[in-house]
Amino acid sequence: MSHPNSTLNYPSPNPTLSGIPGALGEQVAPAAFTTSRKLPAPLVYGFFGGAMVISGLIFWLVAAAAADNSFNWVGWILIALIIYVAATLTASKVVEGSRHCRARFWKILIYGAFILALIPLVSVIWSVLGAGIARLDADFFTNSMRNVVGEGGGALHAVVGTIEITLMATAISVPIGLLTAIYLVEYGRNWIAKTLTFLVDVMTGIPSIVAGLFAYALFLMILGPGQQMGFAGSIALSVLMIPVVVRSTEEMLRLVPNELREAALALGVPRWKMIVKIVLPTSMAGITTGVMLAISRVIGETAPLLVTVGLTQSMNYSLFDGSMMTLPVFVYNSYMNQGADAQAYIDRAWAGALTLILIVMLLNLVARLVARYFAPKGMR
Amino acid sequence: MAQKAQQRLGDRLFYSLSLVAGLLILAVLLAVTVFLIADAIPALVADSETFSQAIGASESQSFWSYVAPLAFGTVWVAAIALLIATPISVGVALFISHYAPRKLAGPLGYVVDLLAAVPSVVYGLWGISVLAPSVQPIYAWLVAHFDWFPLFSGPVSGTGRTILTVGIVLAVMILPIMTAMCREVFLQTPKLQEEAALGLGATRWEMIRLAVLPAGRSGIISAMMLGLGRALGETMAVAMVLSPAAVISFALLTSQNPNTIASNIALNFPEAFGLRVNTLIATGLILFLITLVVNVIARWIIARRKEFSGANA
Repeated sequence: MSHPNSTLNYPSPNPTLSGIPGALGEQVAPAAFTTSRKLPAPLVYGFFGGAMVISGLIFWLVAAAAADNSFNWVGWILIALIIYVAATLTASKVVEGSRHCRARFWKILIYGAFILALIPLVSVIWSVLGAGIARLDADFFTNSMRNVVGEGGGALHAVVGTIEITLMATAISVPIGLLTAIYLVEYGRNWIAKTLTFLVDVMTGIPSIVAGLFAYALFLMILGPGQQMGFAGSIALSVLMIPVVVRSTEEMLRLVPNELREAALALGVPRWKMIVKIVLPTSMAGITTGVMLAISRVIGETAPLLVTVGLTQSMNYSLFDGSMMTLPVFVYNSYMNQGADAQAYIDRAWAGALTLILIVMLLNLVARLVARYFAPKGMR
Repeated sequence: MAQKAQQRLGDRLFYSLSLVAGLLILAVLLAVTVFLIADAIPALVADSETFSQAIGASESQSFWSYVAPLAFGTVWVAAIALLIATPISVGVALFISHYAPRKLAGPLGYVVDLLAAVPSVVYGLWGISVLAPSVQPIYAWLVAHFDWFPLFSGPVSGTGRTILTVGIVLAVMILPIMTAMCREVFLQTPKLQEEAALGLGATRWEMIRLAVLPAGRSGIISAMMLGLGRALGETMAVAMVLSPAAVISFALLTSQNPNTIASNIALNFPEAFGLRVNTLIATGLILFLITLVVNVIARWIIARRKEFSGANA
């Protein structure tokens, strides 16, 4: 039962189905020379189509017989899949033997896992788009919730709060993260560097709510009880952001070729100038990408802001005076504390969620574009 | 000479600047621990009478009897999420590394990464208003037919906001990081071993079982630990979706679910004052310790793997 002609290939029963024909660099042998028989690809696709049709017929009959004529879409797909798997595996067992049958079984499972993972993504995006688009209007971005009961109102105060708090967190985290990464890559070959690496790892794992509690406790000690301000939220977000910035910057700095460093040093350039003028510009695109991804990670954080910044219905431009609203807290609060006209609150929550997702996706996209188009030549 | 001294000054300044930044991280972590402990102590030492008064409990309660159901809920829901997410993330990682067409592998990986870009509050919103209502009929059916099985014991939740729903939401949330980790490990499988297996006539699945999975075992384990760390600390999705009660129960489908530490803090902190704040901070400290242990174990496994892995040789 060996495959004498396909030693350098995936001897999968059918090369066209295998997904990566020639993945190992060799030509796929013609099937006619193999000793084992294989299921032809059209047959497998035929099984799939047939299963869909049969299952569709079954559920069409069920729907016709039922009182309200409702078609069970989930049932249709489920039964179709079961028929397809059963038919393919049986045919494979008969034609190809048990080993290939098992390989097919796992292949179906693995494809299934991927499709299963896509379902929530599609569902989340679908429902956020569907429910959020209704209130994503000019009002939403020009009004706060001050004195709004029921319909109308907007999230301007939340957008402003999110932008200010996140920018402040970035302003704190980027210098610290950048310099720490420089220390780790350019200077640290001692126990301090090892400890720092470990601590950054530990910091990566701090739950966001604990970061919030820390900022709360810090400001409780400095200012006494009952103080809420945007700046405390920035501190909490920095605790979450610093390790991400350190990690990504470190990775980028390590990508800079040592030849560049050596060339600069050999010309008599001081070490710090070498870092500032050679290493940082070379890795700037990657560092920018890392920072933007870090921002996109913390901009959606809710729990630490709920604990430290609290919430308000009015505009507050000051980071150092009183509670601020932020988009994630706005979404949470709109949904959890629905007022008299519940639908208006729910609509606002979804619109806020859509805004948030759009911001995060935009950040992600721009980050990737920066990495792609501003990377130094030869490192793309 | 003057030039040289100047160089040294710049170098020294820059060096100390970057060292100070590094030490600041150390200071922050130290401060996190110290502040949390300092604010937790009043709750830890309070006698049960003061304590139950502060948290508004009707019967006498100590801090530990207060935190026990929460700690249980935290671990239980994280375990459910991990149980769901592990096979799927291994499958997705295998799909991207060994099954998907080469050209599609990169974009498909990016699509999975998109799951990580969705903020947790959006998952909460989705979980409570889309997922929970759509799984409720399934729960009702399960309880109606399988309630002899302890995990599915009734009465069924009418809203679908049970600990199983939360577990599913958390599984979706930890899927990207686990998949990314597994994918990386699977791609590092020694190519020669893969080719050797195929050369002996193994099917693709046999090759994966013989070469890829053994090489990636420690990677899968550390991915699980990282996912567990995330799931333990996740707050908003739990706070929004779960309908909580102060119970220790394994039942998956009822409306009496143990709450998690993080979600309990988020739900109660805004209105808390006095000793209650200390109590919540103390529970936060316990959460910090649990995640710390999990993460340290994960990092330890990763580090050990780096040392012994044949892939890096």
